Amino acid sequence: MRLVYVIPLVVFATVAAAFGVGLTLKPNVVPSALIDKPVPEFTLAGLPGDGVESGKGFSSADLTGRVSIVNVFASWCFPCRVEHPLLMRLARNPKVRIFGLNYKDRPEDARAWLKELGNPYDRIGVDRDGRIAIDWGVYGVPETFIIDAEGRIRYKHVGPITPSDLDEIIVPIIERLSE
Amino acid sequence: MIAEIGHYALLLALALAIAQGTLPLWGAGRDDPKFMAVGSVAAVGQFAFLAIAFASLTYLYVVSDFSVENVAQNSHSAKPLLYKISGVWSNHEGSMVLWVLILALFGAMVALFGTNLPPGLRARVLAVQGWIGIAFLAFILFTSNPFLRLSPVPADGNGLNPLLQDPGLAFHPPFLYLGYVGFSVAFSFAIAALIEGRVDPAWARWVRPWTLAAWCALTLGIALGSWWAYYELGWGGFWFWDPVENSSFMPWLAGTALLHSAIVLERRDALKSWTILLAITTFVLSLIGTFLVRSGVLTSVHTFATDPARGLFILMILIVAAGGSLALFATRAPKLKAGGLFAPISREGALVLNNLLLVTACATVFLGTLYPLFLDALDLGKVSVGAPYFNATFIPIMTPLVMAMAVGPMLAWKRGDIKGVIGRLKFALGVGMIVTLGAWYAMGGQVLAAAGIGLAAWLVLGSLMEFAGRIKLFRIPFAASLSRLRHLPRSAFGMTIAHAALGIVVAGITASSAWQTEKILVMTKGDSVELAGYSFVFAGVEETEGPNYTVKRGTFEVTLDGRDVATLTAERRFYPVRNMTTTEAAIHTTWFADLYAVVGDADEKGGWTVRLYHNPLVPWIWVGAVLMALGGLVSLTDRRHRVGAPARARKTAARTKPPGGGARPATA
Repeated sequence: MRLVYVIPLVVFATVAAAFGVGLTLKPNVVPSALIDKPVPEFTLAGLPGDGVESGKGFSSADLTGRVSIVNVFASWCFPCRVEHPLLMRLARNPKVRIFGLNYKDRPEDARAWLKELGNPYDRIGVDRDGRIAIDWGVYGVPETFIIDAEGRIRYKHVGPITPSDLDEIIVPIIERLSE
Repeated sequence: MIAEIGHYALLLALALAIAQGTLPLWGAGRDDPKFMAVGSVAAVGQFAFLAIAFASLTYLYVVSDFSVENVAQNSHSAKPLLYKISGVWSNHEGSMVLWVLILALFGAMVALFGTNLPPGLRARVLAVQGWIGIAFLAFILFTSNPFLRLSPVPADGNGLNPLLQDPGLAFHPPFLYLGYVGFSVAFSFAIAALIEGRVDPAWARWVRPWTLAAWCALTLGIALGSWWAYYELGWGGFWFWDPVENSSFMPWLAGTALLHSAIVLERRDALKSWTILLAITTFVLSLIGTFLVRSGVLTSVHTFATDPARGLFILMILIVAAGGSLALFATRAPKLKAGGLFAPISREGALVLNNLLLVTACATVFLGTLYPLFLDALDLGKVSVGAPYFNATFIPIMTPLVMAMAVGPMLAWKRGDIKGVIGRLKFALGVGMIVTLGAWYAMGGQVLAAAGIGLAAWLVLGSLMEFAGRIKLFRIPFAASLSRLRHLPRSAFGMTIAHAALGIVVAGITASSAWQTEKILVMTKGDSVELAGYSFVFAGVEETEGPNYTVKRGTFEVTLDGRDVATLTAERRFYPVRNMTTTEAAIHTTWFADLYAVVGDADEKGGWTVRLYHNPLVPWIWVGAVLMALGGLVSLTDRRHRVGAPARARKTAARTKPPGGGARPATA
């Protein structure tokens, strides 16, 4: 066997190895400039008729004192529908409060959506024109942030949460931050 | 019910693919005609069942059956019919069904039209096509089944990404896949030849038409995609060196090299193992393209909900297909007998140069596309490689290629006379230089860009002069030239058209990149602005409704020296279902430039952000690309290539058959 004829195979093996490693990298972990920074200053109006605390919104001050999650969602977003049952499950976890940032949505659509699928959120803030989401560095829905008791962003998840994301990443982070 | 029929048809197609991948191979090994014949029947059957599956999925989309998850996720009842249909392949699952449908189409065509192939070779080719079919059908059934039901049934669907609701993009994927998947035939021929241990000019003649057909489709597919990017993304550019674009461009570069090296193999019985390697590489690059786009390893941000299982599955297919075929190559290729010898300055030499440059260009694109992944895999940080890298590396490789393209076809086989050829091209050389100086004088500034235009002129003229030389135009009586013209093979026409067309593309790319002028400003109704000598008057924005979107339509009246030139209407469409806005650029094209306008956001004072561009020669890019594909099609009608053709092909095959050439029958 002449060696030159093996070169293509060797080149391909290298490339395949890189592909293999590439697959194990988490495409959902996108470096965010906001990690370990305090949450941006904001105040969001509530969603009247959402059935929790009579439609009170939330602001940056509400995100301190306990570990919280900010989930960016919209009724027009299909992946949000996919991750919704997992948020309902997470809502039963007493260690964390869940805040919903309703992104570029019509209030009546959002209400109908929550009525149909259930409301996992402790409070909902309405970001009708997406201005607040810009400060959070949101570039698509859904996105999920974990915020520690001091009000610092500790983790950002892009795209819908899968069951393994929830069990292997998000819940352990919440446990760790709650200690 | 229809969804279940489609699902079942996929399963039956898989069963037939398994039969196609095994029985003919066994038959070919034992020289048993009955088992070899199974291949053809299975290939046609597999295509029939996949056609049923694809038709079922299309039906589900047309009637908006939202009980099927794939339809609910990607369609919407208020969508125009064209986009309900194109929605079938505008998502992962559906596009994979289209992929295997086209694969099976090529398999069925080999079965039906390949009757002049030796039965053993045909059986093995079909078997390899069968394996590819097995791999992708299993991929669909296990990880990407489009026929799964959804419960509860949503009231309406999620809609198709509005950027994709566009006629250009509706037809882009089918052409692209015809190209990608068409190269599988060349791959299967290469594997079959390695198994048989024989590669000869007859083999090259059988492979060439399939490669050429795939190449034409891929050329059109890439051109459609770039045209879409040009008018839909609203940035005035036509190529962004984005990983997804690059992954269709790499098989094109390798496939172009394959087309040319197969000519050397066909005519001179040389470059055997190289041609085999190119056939494998081209299809492997198509698979890698599929992997990159479908696994989400590169476009991490924009591919939501990518399933790692899918990426892993395609990677396994890639490893088996590429690893297996390259291992076969490593063991079998050294045993292939070397063919005819030739001097470096010769037609063969020129084609080798073409191959080296194309493969280097392909490697450059490959490196730039995958560099971020390699770095990330080694944990060295996240980087992105952009246009500056590609421009700095790709253009210097393409320049000598374009220079040589005019010379190569005029060189004789075996040993050429470069001085004589340059002498005959004096006129083209002179015109090229004059065009360079003229462009430099007229447009000023960039010498290299002017040289690019000169290079384009050299290639167009050089190609036409080569053609004129063949029919001895002006050197013998005109009637005699005409008679030579009539007897010229179609492939000669094809080559001239395709080569000259590349010159047109080069001119378009150079001029539009170097001399584009743009203005970005805020305009209110009645404002006027000058761009490239044209005067644009903004006539304001009106709001209307489309079928599934609302429109803000901005109008510009364009005049040149007081004469009316065009009324440009640029749109911003808002799609409520996806909560997305798209831009529809307004384009007025003259033969020499595009006037291009885009309307952006409004400010509080009633002003609108607008972007205006003057893009010189940009239409030439697509005109050239379509002509290139046309050149390929003309060449495809050459009787030497015609599938099922004729005695003449067999006679040549008999003549070039190696002495004592074994069991391959020269006459059927």
